[in-house]
Amino acid sequence: MSELKKKTENGSVDGAEDATSNEQKAGGDSGVGMGVLFFIAAFAVCFLSGWLLFPSLLYSKKEQPFNFNHALHVEQTSGCESCHYFREDGSFAGVPKNSSCMECHESQLGDTKDEEIFMTEYVEKGIEVPWYIYSKQPDCVFFSHSAHVVGAKMDCVTCHGHIGESESLKPYQENRITGYSRDIWGESIWGIKKNPWDRMKMDDCAQCHQEETGSKGACFQCHK
Amino acid sequence: MTQDNHGKHYKFGMVIDLDKCTGCGSCMVACMSENNVPFKEDETNKKDSINWMKVFKLTNGKPFPNTDVCYMPRPCMQCGGKGEHGHSPCISVCPATATDYGYDTGIVSQIYTRCFGCRYCMGACPYHARYFNWWDPKWPDGMESYLSPNVSPRMRGVVEKCSFCYHRYQIARDKAYYEERRDTIEEGEYQTACTQACPAGAITFGDLNNPEHEVYKLVKPDPHQCGKPRNPKAFRLLERLQTNPKVYYISEREWVRKAGDNYRDGEWEKKA
Repeated sequence: MSELKKKTENGSVDGAEDATSNEQKAGGDSGVGMGVLFFIAAFAVCFLSGWLLFPSLLYSKKEQPFNFNHALHVEQTSGCESCHYFREDGSFAGVPKNSSCMECHESQLGDTKDEEIFMTEYVEKGIEVPWYIYSKQPDCVFFSHSAHVVGAKMDCVTCHGHIGESESLKPYQENRITGYSRDIWGESIWGIKKNPWDRMKMDDCAQCHQEETGSKGACFQCHK
Repeated sequence: MTQDNHGKHYKFGMVIDLDKCTGCGSCMVACMSENNVPFKEDETNKKDSINWMKVFKLTNGKPFPNTDVCYMPRPCMQCGGKGEHGHSPCISVCPATATDYGYDTGIVSQIYTRCFGCRYCMGACPYHARYFNWWDPKWPDGMESYLSPNVSPRMRGVVEKCSFCYHRYQIARDKAYYEERRDTIEEGEYQTACTQACPAGAITFGDLNNPEHEVYKLVKPDPHQCGKPRNPKAFRLLERLQTNPKVYYISEREWVRKAGDNYRDGEWEKKA
């Protein structure tokens, strides 16, 4: 008699039913247990590699040409605006060019290695420093510094964080697919945002605009 | 619509005097170089050429010596839609919200990174003002450094159109903010490239809401009729569609004004 037939026969007989079905359950449980275990293990491997390994694959790390001590410069000058200034037409200078630096650094002022690199490799050779810009937005984005800093009287810190207090530059991380800086998506791959400067995506702009002005604005307000 | 978050409302518009236009095409050239408009290696097939500003040639169809020619530059009309509520033909059909109406400027945007190229808007536009990028732009060697950084270049598979040189408005506003006069952009601070390039001075650009501006004085838009011109020599293209364009044409010649819309037999005479 085949096993299947035996089971059906037993199943129809009331007296023997309990014993057989218990036996069946035990065998089935161990199979399910293995399956669950395998699922959990595989899930953990995939999950961790997705969240921990993938970001390091997605972003390439690039070191800045030389280190820059923001804290030191802020101390010596009157604040962010002395180097990151507005031009007369209302446009924003962004990262300063050599000519701005040389208003102070005509000759070497300190004795750091970094300043020496700046003087010998860039000033003397007349080459602009190819800084990687952490907060560079895609080219379809229009951002008006004057609207935010002059118009809305916002602090630099609100979007850029406490970079003015840093003594060294972190490595620049570039998204290998889009070519955008990691600071746009944010350091947290989970998308968790604790401070307003943690992320610089469109949703973050829109969120603040919604709160402060009551509207996200039309597309062309921030696009070009 | 909850979009008005920046104080004063502008309604930027353009007036083109067709009697002054010589058809030289300077506006088309200025537009292409200002807005990084891509071109093909061989432009002989005009069907898929991209011209944000395009000059058309009209004739009155009469034999010599009564033949008369009129050149008509055609940018995007920046339609306000029926009742000027911002439901322009293209915006109404866009499934991606890649184009929207700026209630603060009256300008119809086009966001290239949002567009996925279905081209509904091209079908909806009665003025053929929208163009599709069939190829990625190819700039000849060295030309990339001539591109304007203020206008983002487009990729294959998206639609583009005239933006009334919106980046120039952004730049003007930047300056206004810096000088702490946010809502007062002077007439001369924001002008489109085609306006400035026209050697005949046929194109005028400005704020249709501002009676001080030249565009207002030229056409005297009627606020109770969605900006319909009160100047009898001025007209808008296909007025009867109620798209309410912000581009006005002026001509002393009756046949030119008549060519601005499709009139049934006897309708034009009744109108005049």
